[in-house]
Amino acid sequence: MFRDITIGQYYPANSLIHKLDSRVKIIATFIFIIDLFIANNYIGYGITSIFLGIIIFLSKVPIKYMLKGLKAIFVIILITGALNIFMTPGEHVLWSYKGITITGEGLYTAGLMATRLIFLIIGSSILTLTTSPIQLTDGIESILNPFKKIGIPAHEVAMMMTIALRFIPILLEETDKIMKAQMARGADFESGGIIKRAKSLIPLLVPLFISAFRRAEELAMAMEARCYRGGENRTRMKQLVIENKDYIAMTIIAIFTLIMILIRFI
Amino acid sequence: MAIKFEKVTHVYSKGTPFEKIALNNINIHIKKGEFVGIIGHTGSGKSTLIQHFNGLLKPTEGTITVLGKKLNDKDTSLKEIRQKVGLVFQYPEHQLFEMTIFKDVAFGPQNMGLSKEEVEARVKEALDMVGIKEDMYEKSPFELSGGQKRRVAIAGVLAMKPEILVLDEPTAGLDPKGRDEILTQIQRLHKTLGITVILVSHSMEDIAKLVDRIIVMHKGKVALNGAPVSVFEHVEELEKMGLAAPQIMYIMKALKEKGLDVSTNILTVEEGAKEIASILKKQK
Repeated sequence: MFRDITIGQYYPANSLIHKLDSRVKIIATFIFIIDLFIANNYIGYGITSIFLGIIIFLSKVPIKYMLKGLKAIFVIILITGALNIFMTPGEHVLWSYKGITITGEGLYTAGLMATRLIFLIIGSSILTLTTSPIQLTDGIESILNPFKKIGIPAHEVAMMMTIALRFIPILLEETDKIMKAQMARGADFESGGIIKRAKSLIPLLVPLFISAFRRAEELAMAMEARCYRGGENRTRMKQLVIENKDYIAMTIIAIFTLIMILIRFI
Repeated sequence: MAIKFEKVTHVYSKGTPFEKIALNNINIHIKKGEFVGIIGHTGSGKSTLIQHFNGLLKPTEGTITVLGKKLNDKDTSLKEIRQKVGLVFQYPEHQLFEMTIFKDVAFGPQNMGLSKEEVEARVKEALDMVGIKEDMYEKSPFELSGGQKRRVAIAGVLAMKPEILVLDEPTAGLDPKGRDEILTQIQRLHKTLGITVILVSHSMEDIAKLVDRIIVMHKGKVALNGAPVSVFEHVEELEKMGLAAPQIMYIMKALKEKGLDVSTNILTVEEGAKEIASILKKQK
């Protein structure tokens, strides 16, 4: 039941995108998201879709996987789309009934917003699908390192993220197990109204919370038993190294940003 | 016939790089009133197999018939099947959630839509079966010891009065006393109520002592299937699968090699002791 969740999931493959330095990928994704907000017309998004298409092709991740992640935010896209269609004032009224109007401008922005959201999700999915959680947190730690001087605990933040990510599959599995155990006792999670459904979650949530706390405590104990004391003087087995392909990737994203700016302002 | 599997295959995450064949063309029959043991190495497909018994998992291919009803038929009520096939998961104490022991055990019967009196009677009966006294009923299940928690959790399934009871390693992580208590109770349930019991265990001793028939799972297939004596004869095969025979069999074999003329088809310590004693008497 929970095996279909792909957000934050890593797709193992041997591709150029997988091999890029995780820091480069994180920063590139960040810039890409800003670029999405710089672009404000369909020419910009047309170029973006070609750009994304090439990256997806290079990453060797099946397109089906990318689109699976969209299923989860489908409702959000629908709601923002509807809001934009009905709430945007404009001159070109296409349809009007009892004060509710649809304008050409509304349709235009709704389409733009939906495209922006879809690209946003696909862009960040590419990052998580091609970067293993460990590489991801290593990258974040390395990016945050210079900010240590102003008091940002880079290693601790990265460690918390690693643990949180590590616990997602464990907790999903646990949820699945408890759900099945309660279903074996006749619990029904699928039918009834909102209140009945919320109530039916109690037999699932109570054991889940208890087990999450138990696991957290056990993990803390195990870390202490192995003398964990933060990131000071810790060395890594896999060092992050910027190679030629990373410089090329950075150049490409810079050119892409430049194109986006040119399209918007010229 | 209690449970019938015909050419059942189950594949996890089909069509993704994480695809895994957990069950591969399984054919098994379990008769009513039988006590069946399932053994197999970790990852051999035991847990996947037992989740098919009450329709928690659906087979990718093949048909399953439970108590005369085909599980993939549309008019088969899975709720009814789940009530008739009681499934006790590994570490069942992790599913406890209610404020009191009584309420937790009542969860199953309540979901069946029984009257208040009936629920109460069943809860008492079930808790009595697992040896939890009345003065404990209003305690929180989280105050109990590990063995007691597990017995309460098992009572939660027994209160539904299943016709088939499936237990996935009910003794994992318990001390010898807790283990013996639970196994004795399971054996009593089987003998007094005549229900079909399916026991998954890693302990060859427990299996040898209790069951009528053993099903050995290996890499998603049924490797061996038969009476304990005939299954444990294949010691070498079992060892290749990461399993073993009961320790007493090894002792009897070693004795035989040293020249004591004992039978090696011995499965429990008690039988072994008798056999050795009788042979020694003859030698005098």
